[in-house]
Amino acid sequence: MSKFWPLIKLLPTRTNFEFVKHARLFGSLSLILVISSIFFTIYPADNKCGGLTCGVDFLGGNLVELSTRPEPVDLAEIRASLNGMGVPDVQVQSYSVPGSDPTGRFHAMAKFGNIEGASSTETIHQVKAALTRDLGPDVRFTRTEAVGAAVSGELLMNGVMALAVAIIMMMIYIWFRFEWQFGLGAMMGLFHDVILTFGLFAITGMEFSLTTVASILTVIGYSINDTVVVYDRIRENLRKYKKMPLRELIDLSLNETLSRTIMTGVTALFALGVLAVLGGGPLQPFAIALFFGIVVGTYSSVYVAAPVLLLWGVKRGAKDEEARPIKLGMASRP
Amino acid sequence: MVQMSRWKVILLALSLVFGLLFSYANALSPAQREALPGWLPKPTLNLGLDLQGGSYLLLQVDVDAMREKRISNLNEDARQTLSEAQIAVAGIARDGNGVVVTLSNPAQMEPALTAMRGLLGGGMAVAVDRTVVRQGDNAIRYAFTDAAVTAMAPTAVEQSIEVVRRRIDSLGTREPSITRQGADRIVVQAPGESDPTQLERVIGQTAQLTFQMVDIESSVQEAMAGAVPPDAELLMGEDGVTPYLVKRRVIVSGENLVSASVTTDQSNQPAIGFRFDGQGARRFGETTANNIGRPFAIILDGKVISAPRINSAITGGNGIIEGSFTIASASELVNLLNGGSLPAPLTVEERRSVTASLGADSVRAGQLATVIAFAGVLVFMILSYGGLFGGISVVALILNFILLIGAMSITGATLTLPGIAGLILTLAMAVDANVLIYERMRDEANAGRSPIAAMDAGFNRAIVTIIDANLTTILAALIMFFFGAGPVRGFAWTLSIGVITSVFTAVLVTQVLLVVWLRLRRPKKLPIAW
Repeated sequence: MSKFWPLIKLLPTRTNFEFVKHARLFGSLSLILVISSIFFTIYPADNKCGGLTCGVDFLGGNLVELSTRPEPVDLAEIRASLNGMGVPDVQVQSYSVPGSDPTGRFHAMAKFGNIEGASSTETIHQVKAALTRDLGPDVRFTRTEAVGAAVSGELLMNGVMALAVAIIMMMIYIWFRFEWQFGLGAMMGLFHDVILTFGLFAITGMEFSLTTVASILTVIGYSINDTVVVYDRIRENLRKYKKMPLRELIDLSLNETLSRTIMTGVTALFALGVLAVLGGGPLQPFAIALFFGIVVGTYSSVYVAAPVLLLWGVKRGAKDEEARPIKLGMASRP
Repeated sequence: MVQMSRWKVILLALSLVFGLLFSYANALSPAQREALPGWLPKPTLNLGLDLQGGSYLLLQVDVDAMREKRISNLNEDARQTLSEAQIAVAGIARDGNGVVVTLSNPAQMEPALTAMRGLLGGGMAVAVDRTVVRQGDNAIRYAFTDAAVTAMAPTAVEQSIEVVRRRIDSLGTREPSITRQGADRIVVQAPGESDPTQLERVIGQTAQLTFQMVDIESSVQEAMAGAVPPDAELLMGEDGVTPYLVKRRVIVSGENLVSASVTTDQSNQPAIGFRFDGQGARRFGETTANNIGRPFAIILDGKVISAPRINSAITGGNGIIEGSFTIASASELVNLLNGGSLPAPLTVEERRSVTASLGADSVRAGQLATVIAFAGVLVFMILSYGGLFGGISVVALILNFILLIGAMSITGATLTLPGIAGLILTLAMAVDANVLIYERMRDEANAGRSPIAAMDAGFNRAIVTIIDANLTTILAALIMFFFGAGPVRGFAWTLSIGVITSVFTAVLVTQVLLVVWLRLRRPKKLPIAW
């Protein structure tokens, strides 16, 4: 077998990166990113969704997707005909369905509010009639969505609740399985990831919808997964090297888990990259959010969740034996 | 790990058999599935509406409007009854869940009470949902009981579901799912290429049909200016511009309708024929007999369809409604009337519809992405960990995929578009368990342990980490399941099943195959270690 195959041999078995040494620098960078993400997410404050471009899920309103052939959709025409009918809040954009449209149709979508005094059903009905008239008979309506004000408010509330509950549950879980210091560290890592993902959506203007919340929850799951692997090693090393300073011990643990972090991260990013390119249409923002989240989540496990333990320290020494965590069924051998 | 028990091998073989048995049908075309013998299980993935096309409607039952309407009917009933009994009324005021009638003359209390109690029915059929109670010297309270008011909302939702079901069935939609959500909402999911506009129009229409007398004592112009008599209401015609002043009292309503049908009037225009039940026929007969020469209004959902003049008493309980109908609109209305009217107005709070062709596009894109991502991960693992260790993780991953599809097929879980993303992510994450195990083994081997000891220690230590790490993902998925709706739930479900199958296969397959290798080759060193 050659020296370079399997490729895993390319990753050195023992690395000695001094992660913690740069923790202050990266910590400040993270702090700046978090603060600016928060700013871009909530500004302008008079908007219901702040700086985020909310979809109809959270803002309420109507959405119609359509396709035409053989001419590309005339966006200006759509805008003009909707404005002419007195339909408020018109937004029009075209999008491509990934490599999939063998029929050569062009796709676009329009978002709009309800015509004053009309229900969403009536508004959509009139809009479809007008667009059929103005865009020619070959226009097809492929997707229609309408979300009322009450429901969109609930969906937004539920989304925020889900994120908050997820972070708190994760913290409690880590606290239960490790120590409170670790729980707090994990929570900071999660807030970091979630807030930066919000920031990404605010800055890029990608649509923030129900599926985005699902992707952020998945990022939380992934990031905590990463953090647990690192914490697990820290806990183990705390028992193994009772005298080693915490700073060195964290570095050691991060180095020991580094090749796993890289392997898993690369695989996940590869799969999501494929999805972002080929999944197209509605899946694209979802895949991009996951991709970004996994990058950030991996970074935060190394540079936020682990070094932050230095801020409040961890319990060590003889007492550690008593405070040993409860095993879940399968025991590890010392 | 090295002392592997037999049950693990058996479990692995069983899971492979069941995985294949419950997932193979997905690889076949519908025609091929039909050709299979009947005793073979052939579950397939249940595609969400976003993948197979269809409509999702969230309807809100306006229970408040219904309650208000029923209380205002009490008002009309009381006014009518007392006026027929020739008892002077000083005023009728709304009071909680009913009305309080103040009599002009306290001396008329006894006959007034008798008349009002008549409203509750008599003999065997005494209404228990309302009470008539004397209040002081000159007032009578006529109200719904608290129990009746509490029961209104659930009853209205149940009845609405029934009506909606009948209406959708009349459209011939296949396999609609109509369920209640929360206290006062209904979710309608209709798969396939159904026309959401028609669906919505048919569902949303209350189809409240009433016959009321036109008020000819007062002028429409004055009413338009604001002077509407207390026992009348101003309604618009179907054209939306012609005003009508009609008496509030309902002569006959859709509840008394036995059947409706499409017919034609004398000028051969489409019209709607109707037949009343006994009570409806009697009341309609009495009213028409007493009001010959006067117009009455036929009102559907608050709009006057027509207001014909009564030429003679209509006693048979049959009649036709003329209006500006087309054959299509007449038959749609007939279906609505026959399906029964909704007890309360329904409003569409949320609707999502996707055409089947867009759904098919999404499935195609999803399949392509899954195949490429899956193949890429397999190649990556072989390149990274070599033929043996990489190969083992590939076997684990393929079994994982089979089990995941099988588990989703038999549990009837719905695969949605985000669910496809969940599937892809699960495959990528499944590798994590293998990576954790292998990295641990490398560590142990590099620390100078023999292959057997390194594998044993690496495996046992990695398992704790794997379980800790994956439980958190399950936790996240559970939260999505409780807070999310529709497609997000599908994603959460895919993710949860995926985590369970991936831990199962990564741990079991890796262990069994490595032990087989160990026994066959008795290696001196691990190929992944230095």
